[in-house]
Amino acid sequence: MSTPRQLAERRQLLRRLGLIAPGMAMLAVFLVAPLAIMLLVSFLQPGEYGGVKWGEYSAEAYISFFYERDFDDNLVFNTDYLGIFQRSFWLAVATTVGCLLIGFPTALYLALQSEKKRNLLLFLVTVPFWTNLLVRVYAWMLLLRNGGLVDGALGVFGVPEGSVGLLYSSGAVMIGLLYSFLPFMVLPIYTSLEKLDWRLVEAAFDLGANRWQALKRVILPLALPGMLAGATLVFIPALGNYIIPELLGGGKALMIGNLVQLQFGSGHNWPLGAALAFSLFSLVLLALLFNGLRQRGQEVRA
Amino acid sequence: MNLQGPLWRFTGVRPVAWTFFAFLYIPILVLVALSFNAGQSATLWQGFSFKWYGVVANDPEILRAAKNSLIVAVCATLISTCLATLAALGMHGRRFRGQGALQGVLGLPLLVPDIVCAVAILMFFAFIGLKLSLLTILIAHVVFCTPFAYLPIRARLQGMDPRLLEAAADLYASPWRAFWRISFPLLLPGILSGAMLAFIISMDDFVITYFVAGAGSTTLPVYIFSSIRMGISPKINAISSIMLVLSILFVTLSYYLGQRKR
Repeated sequence: MSTPRQLAERRQLLRRLGLIAPGMAMLAVFLVAPLAIMLLVSFLQPGEYGGVKWGEYSAEAYISFFYERDFDDNLVFNTDYLGIFQRSFWLAVATTVGCLLIGFPTALYLALQSEKKRNLLLFLVTVPFWTNLLVRVYAWMLLLRNGGLVDGALGVFGVPEGSVGLLYSSGAVMIGLLYSFLPFMVLPIYTSLEKLDWRLVEAAFDLGANRWQALKRVILPLALPGMLAGATLVFIPALGNYIIPELLGGGKALMIGNLVQLQFGSGHNWPLGAALAFSLFSLVLLALLFNGLRQRGQEVRA
Repeated sequence: MNLQGPLWRFTGVRPVAWTFFAFLYIPILVLVALSFNAGQSATLWQGFSFKWYGVVANDPEILRAAKNSLIVAVCATLISTCLATLAALGMHGRRFRGQGALQGVLGLPLLVPDIVCAVAILMFFAFIGLKLSLLTILIAHVVFCTPFAYLPIRARLQGMDPRLLEAAADLYASPWRAFWRISFPLLLPGILSGAMLAFIISMDDFVITYFVAGAGSTTLPVYIFSSIRMGISPKINAISSIMLVLSILFVTLSYYLGQRKR
């Protein structure tokens, strides 16, 4: 028999679940179920004009990451897609490293300002986050195109106009990625520096450490959690980005996101698109899992 | 603690920080400046004029896209904020078994890359045979706006003094009455900032909308993307600047209000 108290607690729990239910149902039906269907579609045969043949299973989509079929239906090793994976990966890594190199000094600068100035600067870091990414990437098209501002500025130094070809290259994509995701690196590093006990640094100075030693031995290790969080926040969206390579790469610097889109547009190969999207999603889950395990490990050690 | 002395000046930190801010803002400033260009070229300066803003204001296609964007953003904000408020209230209190999993699902839209979210939802609509339209855009927007609305409300709830609700219960207030008289007024700032986040995120979304938009249901970002594909023009500069300046005003206003409350 349940006591009245248990009954009351159960009623309370049911009421709470009832409050959560509508939002949960929305996400379960329109996000969790779609992700499951995406996994299913990745194992189906493509339809002739887009769509899929429901009920005809194959692992063809995953095989075609690495191989293509020649006229005799033999599998031939194909590096086209691998090249795109590789480019996506290295661009995302380079973006993350670049964001760290610029983001850490910026966050340190912010942390050392007076409170009033700090709040204003922090606000300035967050503003671009609320403005349209598409529009900000478009601004870079204006800057980088032949005859644009950067080209004109180079002209002042004697580089003939239009000779560099800045827009539509991996370099342009890299600039765009760096530009879009830098705030994601600055904010978490700043958060960990803000919590830092600056008396530790002072103690290091008192014990004769110079600035570089204090930075290396005290500040950097304590800012590490923020740097890792920032790296995850930059790497994941950079890896799967669609807009930036589409507009700044102009088809010359395709990344996974563009490859996915192509399968649903002119490519008419939904299973391949689904398989690519699912692989991207798994990579994200792996990165998060790694981060979660590392955090748990730290808690155990602490 | 005073961190001002010469010992605290790390060499090279200041120039990097200022380079960072310049890098962040110069493209935006250049875009807005070029939107006032009188000439036909998007990048070659030929004198100051408001001409292109007039062109934008009289373009029926842009106006229709803006109207679609507003309809979707307002509806998505209302629905997702309601769902998020209810969920936050339900999540508040003693932890129960399986709460972590529910929490994970609520945060899922923040983790899934938007291109993955876009194609998954597109295939789902194809699977259940729902025709792409403004409705499909709205559904997708509610999905990814909900966690953005949820987080500030949840944070606000966690900062609320639990004794207030206990006191209300001791004074025989029904849970319904206690909610409207106590929780709701205290939560209102969180609900408003959640709604604002949801609105901006919905207005700005391009990737997901691009996939689930049916013919004729273009939103502003989708319109801008298709125009860029056809070649950059001073008209795009003008409409882009309007979007930029409106979001910046919106955020600045909320920052200012937040500062004053303290």
